[in-house]
Amino acid sequence: MERLNRHQMAARVAKDIPEGAYVNLGIGLPTIVANYLPVDRDIFLQSENGLLGMGPAPAPGEEDWELINAGKQAVTLLTGGCYFDHADSFAMMRAGHIDICVLGAFQVSVHGDLANWHTGQPGAIPAVGGAMDLAIGAKQTFVMMELLTKQGESKLVEACHYPLTGLGCVSRVYTDIAVFAVGPSGAGVLEMVDGLTIEDLRKLTGVPLRESMAHLA
Amino acid sequence: MIDKWGVSAEAAVADIGDGSVVMIGGFGTAGMPDQLIEALIAQGARDLTIINNNAGNGETGVAALIKAGRVKKIICSFPRQADSHHFDAAYRAGRIELELVPQGNLAARIQAAGAGLGAIFTPTGFGTLLAEGKETREIGGRQYVLEYPIHADFALIKAHRGDRWGNLVYRKTARNFGPIMAMAAKTTIAQVARIVPLGDLDPEAVVTPGIFVQRVVEAAPLPLHAVA
Repeated sequence: MERLNRHQMAARVAKDIPEGAYVNLGIGLPTIVANYLPVDRDIFLQSENGLLGMGPAPAPGEEDWELINAGKQAVTLLTGGCYFDHADSFAMMRAGHIDICVLGAFQVSVHGDLANWHTGQPGAIPAVGGAMDLAIGAKQTFVMMELLTKQGESKLVEACHYPLTGLGCVSRVYTDIAVFAVGPSGAGVLEMVDGLTIEDLRKLTGVPLRESMAHLA
Repeated sequence: MIDKWGVSAEAAVADIGDGSVVMIGGFGTAGMPDQLIEALIAQGARDLTIINNNAGNGETGVAALIKAGRVKKIICSFPRQADSHHFDAAYRAGRIELELVPQGNLAARIQAAGAGLGAIFTPTGFGTLLAEGKETREIGGRQYVLEYPIHADFALIKAHRGDRWGNLVYRKTARNFGPIMAMAAKTTIAQVARIVPLGDLDPEAVVTPGIFVQRVVEAAPLPLHAVA
């Protein structure tokens, strides 16, 4: 079995983002998706701190620290891009104006519940940022994560045991081993890497999995 | 003549008393009114409740206010960062109270205060720890959580240009919470890089109308740098 690396995962997510989509990429792993968006498509990247039409990082020495992304890294604004305040930014999310958000996760349930903001460990200082607003607000929420923890436990689970970010909000889970559809009727496998059977995948995850015939958008 | 300019940073923050509720603009250091915070630290007000997206970065601004022991409680969405060590230390020592609010709910609650609303129903946070014990309602088939406005005695914000009537424009992503905090506080103090004559700001492009701003302080901002 040949697992996808982070860049291959990002490229796989990018393939499913259509022309004209308004997209928010979460901090961490999902940020890499920006590097793989097809250049022949107009895709609008939104950043929660108030910009639409986010461009790539500036050249070293060209940083403007009043032009940053949600991860507080210096970015640029594409021609045609614009700025706005936090009320407008979160209205874009909450009311479903954002078509797709891509988030990292600690766990996703087969029904699309998401846990990605807090481990609940004693002594951990919780921080939520915009994760809850994005997860429940975007028209579609994609999760991008490695399927297994370092200890080999599946992050696709029957029920999340970490504190939830949102209920039933995730529709698609892109991992290094397979792509899943999740939702009210449970999890289906849309794609998997070569050298793996659905039985192998059921053993790895320990959750019921349908072989889904759904076609990717 | 109405002139909201003419005060120093020190004079502008002089009446912020102990126990005040103070909104501070900024997302990380972008939009953080550094000179007003410096003046507030020097002024000495204690037991403050601070509303900000973060809980300080590095050694300046909100971090310095926390380090100086002036903050009793912080209401924010994202306190924990690689360089939030002053908050982390105060929190672990039990010296600071944290109310964690999802970022969009923080914005909506501030906006509700500025718009004179009694409360809002928001879908964000439903079914999570951050909505525990809160009233919920199903509206149009969707689940919502009742959240109350966040009012403040003072808002300290940073803008790019302002005039003597208090009209403001911002710069790039330093705008962030500025416009809504300006509306939600009894007294809003704006730090601007330059005061311009009335009429210089394009009326079509004014972001914060002067009615929401009581004091404008011209202050060259400190240079910004990367934050963790």
